[in-house]
Order: sequence, then C-alpha cells, then structure tokens
Amino acid sequence: MRVNKMDPLIQVHDLVKIYSLGEVEVHALRGVSLSIDRGEFVAIMGASGSGKSTFMNILGFLDQPTSGQYLLEGINGENLSRDELAEIRNRKIGFVFQGFNLLSRTAAIENVELPLIYAGASASKRRERAQKALAAVGLKGREYHQPNQLSGGEQQRVAIARALVNEPSILLADEPTGNLDTKTSEEIMKIFQRLNQEMSITIIMITHESDIASFGKRVILFRDGQVLHDRMNLTTTVFMKPGENA
Amino acid sequence: MTRLLASFRIALRALMVNKMRSALTMLGIIIGVGAVIAMVAVGSGAKQRIADQIASMGSNMLIVLSGSSTSGGLRFGTGTVPTLKVDDAKAILAEIPSVKYVAPSIGGVAQIVFGNQNWSTIVNGTTPEILEIRDWPLASGRPFTQQDVDGATKVCLLGKTVVENLFGGIDPIGQIIRIKKVPFTVVGVLASKGQSTYGQDQDDTIMVPLTTAQKRLFGMQFPGMVRVIAVQARSLEVMSEAENQITELLRQRHRIPPGQDNDFSVRNLTEIASSAEQSAQVMSLLLGAIASISLIVGGIGIMNIMLVSVTERTREIGIRIAVGAKGRDILFQFLIESLVLSLIGGTMGIGIGILGTLVLSEFTEWPILFSIQAILLAFLFSGSVGVFFGFYPARKASMLNPIEALRYE
Repeated sequence: MRVNKMDPLIQVHDLVKIYSLGEVEVHALRGVSLSIDRGEFVAIMGASGSGKSTFMNILGFLDQPTSGQYLLEGINGENLSRDELAEIRNRKIGFVFQGFNLLSRTAAIENVELPLIYAGASASKRRERAQKALAAVGLKGREYHQPNQLSGGEQQRVAIARALVNEPSILLADEPTGNLDTKTSEEIMKIFQRLNQEMSITIIMITHESDIASFGKRVILFRDGQVLHDRMNLTTTVFMKPGENA
Repeated sequence: MTRLLASFRIALRALMVNKMRSALTMLGIIIGVGAVIAMVAVGSGAKQRIADQIASMGSNMLIVLSGSSTSGGLRFGTGTVPTLKVDDAKAILAEIPSVKYVAPSIGGVAQIVFGNQNWSTIVNGTTPEILEIRDWPLASGRPFTQQDVDGATKVCLLGKTVVENLFGGIDPIGQIIRIKKVPFTVVGVLASKGQSTYGQDQDDTIMVPLTTAQKRLFGMQFPGMVRVIAVQARSLEVMSEAENQITELLRQRHRIPPGQDNDFSVRNLTEIASSAEQSAQVMSLLLGAIASISLIVGGIGIMNIMLVSVTERTREIGIRIAVGAKGRDILFQFLIESLVLSLIGGTMGIGIGILGTLVLSEFTEWPILFSIQAILLAFLFSGSVGVFFGFYPARKASMLNPIEALRYE
C-alpha cells in the first residue's frame, strides 16, 4: 500500500450523504471537506441532525457516502465489498460508543478479545494483548468481571480497551460520555488525553457538550450537514492532578 | 481455522446462556429422530417377520383345494368334501412341465395319546415330497419314504409343539403314539417353523404317509380321495402359468362343462404372502414418513428459535460486524449454533428412540429390527435439518446493516 507518511491520515473531499426515507430525501451531509493528521485529538460538535453521526459512520467505514471522496491512509472504501470493509474496520478503526456496546454475560477480557478473534489471532496472543489493553485503561485485576458487575465508567474503559487492542489508526468515539456522570466523564477524557499524548493515538470524538469538546485539540462544529467552523482549541482543558495548581 | 474454532465456542456459549430454550428446541429434534428410529425399527421388524414366514411356508407354492361340490341340491363349501383324487396329483406332475413336485394330502384333527399324555392336533396324510415343497427339514430322525406310502406303514413325523406337549424330556424317536387309537411309530421330528402368515402355529402338526391316513384315519368315507394337493412350481415366473394349466387339466379330468363352476380351487400362496410383504413395506414407509414429519416440525422449531435469537441479538451482531466480523463469521456462528442444537438433539434422539423401541417391544412383543443405516441416516438427517433450517436465520444475521443493528434496542 502506498502510504506517504507526509499525507494526512484522513482526507475528506466534498462528502455528500442523502438518505431517502420513502419519498422524502434527507440531506445529512451537504459537501464536507477536511483533513485530519496523525496524532490529532478532534472533537466534532453539533446539534442532533447536524450530520455529525453520519460523518462518523462514514469515517468508520460503517456507511458509504452518496458522493465525494474519503481516504483513510490512502484507502478509498468506495468500491470495497462488505467483507473488505469489515477487514478495514478490524485493522484500522477502534469504536467507542455512547451505550458502551459490550457483549452481555461475557467477561471483560473476552469483550476486549473480540476484534482479535476476527483478525484471526491465536488464543494465547489474544489473551496477552487483551490483558495489556485492559491494563492500559486501568482495569488490571478486573479482567474476568462481566459488564453487569462493572460501573458505567469501567464499562466504557473496557470498550476503550477493545477499541485499542488491535492497534488501530484511529479511535472513533461517538458520544463516549453521553451515559456517564460528570466525574466519570472527566475520567474517560483523561484516558483519552493520555492515550493521545503518550501513545499518540489519533482520536476523533463526537459530542454535543462543549465542556467535553474542550478536551480536544481541535474542534469542528457541524450545522445542517456542513462544517460551520473548524479551529484549534487554544484553551484545551488539561487535567490537574489533585493538589496541583493551574 | 482459529476463527472457526472461535465461532464454535461463541455458539456453544450462546446455547449455554439460554439453557431452557436450547433444551426445548432440542426436544423437537429428539422426538423427531426418536420417532424415526422407533418407527423404522418396528416397520422393518414387521417386514422381517413376514419375510421369515414366507420363507417358512415354502417357495413357489400353489395349493389345490377340494372345491365346493353339489350333492342332491346341497352345496358344500371349499374343502368340506374331497373332490380331488390321488390320480389328479399324479396327472399334474406328469402333464404340466412347470410343476416340480406334488404332494396330495388328506388330514383332520385327531386325538393323540402317548403314555398318560394326550393332545389334539392336525394330522396330515401326505407324501414325502411335502417336505421338499414346504422346504421343511427334520430336526432329528428320518422322513418317511415312498415305500412307507406304498406299504401304508404306521410311521409318523411330529411337529415341535406336539413333541413338547406329549413327550416332555423324552426322545420321541422310536416311541409309539396312538392316533385315533391306531399305534404309530415316531420316525422323525420336524424342525420348528414358527407362526404362519396368519398367526397359525405351523409346528402343531403330525405327518403320516398318505395311504395310511386314507386307510386308517380319515379315508373311510371317500376312498382314494384327497382334500388338498400341494404343488411346487419350478420358479416364481411360471407360477401363474402353472396355476392356469392345473385349472385346465383338472376341469378336463373332472369333466366340468364350460360355464360351470370348478369343484376345486387353486391358490397361489406366494402371491398372498408377497402382498402381505408389500403391505408391510408400505406400512414401514408410512411410519417412516410420519416420523420424518415430526423431524421436520422439530427443524421448524429450530428455525423459529434461531430467528428469535437473531432478532434478540441484533445489537450483539452489530457490535461484531462493527469490530470486523465478516459475513461468513456471523453466518458460521449461527449455523454452528443450529447445527449443534440439531446434532445433540439427534444423538439424544437416537438413544431415546432405541430405548423407547426396546420398551415398546417388551410390552407389545412386536418384532423389532434396528439397522445401523437407519440410525446413521437419522443422525445425518437431523444434521441437515439443522443446516437447512438454520441457514435462513444465519444468513439474515450476516446481512444485517451494522449501523441499524447497533441502534437496535
């Protein structure tokens, strides 16, 4: 694969998505163009119906645009089959959802192993990497707990571990704090910041809360299927360790 | 390979989570396979018994019975009055080339006494050929011969049942029994033949030379006459030809003018028996078909549960597809689930089918016959039921749109 390191990680050009709900056509995206580099932490904001979720689904190869071009590391998903798209999702993308979306009655570690199963990794390798990923989100010792034995924040951390376990190019988070209280939300954001800073993982996060968006280094605002503004966040919220002063 | 193994584990886990539901779904297959095994065993048991009975009756056998005769305006039923002569039997053998053996016989029920025991049975006066025609070997001793027939010697062959009732533990060969007060020496014991097609005990009989029976036991009223002539044709193919020729020959010999009824009748026992065999075959097929329907109903049960399961687990499927499961990963996961359900059900059904059949035959004394082929077939059939009825739900699952599946509540 011809990947030029100097190319942006994500290139989006004039992306349009039209849903037809019966006779009504819904223009979810009306021409979006932007690019995202490696190591960025992007917060995408917008009211519901602004097209941000549609944009995220296209970035995650879960959906195809009606027109326009989307390249991830130079890969164009346009003419790929369902199975080829599944493979790209497996290798290059980690998802974190609002509702955690863990498999119920399944131990945390087995939830984390899920992408590795579909990557064809051996059982011992799966276990080893899942353990590492769980440790990275601070869940060492909780590997064999089932989701209903974990708090919301812990469940979301399992989901983050699952998203990271196959070392993806980007981490896509869709309202990751939507089901969490303020304190737990901040904990999750702290994890995101650390992953971004220490492991230089590219994170793209959707949120409609501006204080959550303020953790991102770049904030993109969607309105009516278009980018309203796209600017660097100069006042990024940085977590203070207890006792530290600003 | 790793992925397939993983699919297998996922499927087993899903079945374990819903134990009650899995067990009930399996029950449909268990009953279906059990019913197939039991019905086939009962059906082939019945078929086997009829086949044995046909073999015991003698092959290619025609029976000529004395017919209805008219005497002074009174009509008598078939066999009540002897109308056949010994000479008729000789003529049949001499003139019809497709006939191999004939054995004229006359008989009736008589009281037999040995020591302080007595028994009532059918005594048949006949010729040595009867043993050939009926394919009836001796268990011990010797048969009577043409010399015994010519000399009207007082010898007899006993059936197994008679021996058991008269002799207890004593060897009957050489002993003297009295038939209608006439002393006979026992020269041989017939091998056991069991029940006839009509449920009659074929071993409850005594054979004596024809001439002796005529002179000493039954023949006084109608000298030189016989009630029955047993005929063996040379092969199965010539049986109906022989049947027609015998009818023609006897009409000639009995001087029956055209248009008048025969005073004898010819019966093709093999034909009757093979129609009995056919009806057993049909019954066997019918039982198998009915049992198969229950297996198919069990399969529909699997499909139903798998459809419910796919709907219920839409979100799970969405998660799997989102993190990289391909269509065939999901397809295999659900196919394996239904296959495991149906194969475990099939295995248990085989056990329960065999057990049930044994219990059934214990109580009803029906003959049963298990065949490895039928059991293997039932097992494979249950497996294909699993694949067939699991495929649609599994395919439906593998085609789900991940975005919608993830949104599913």
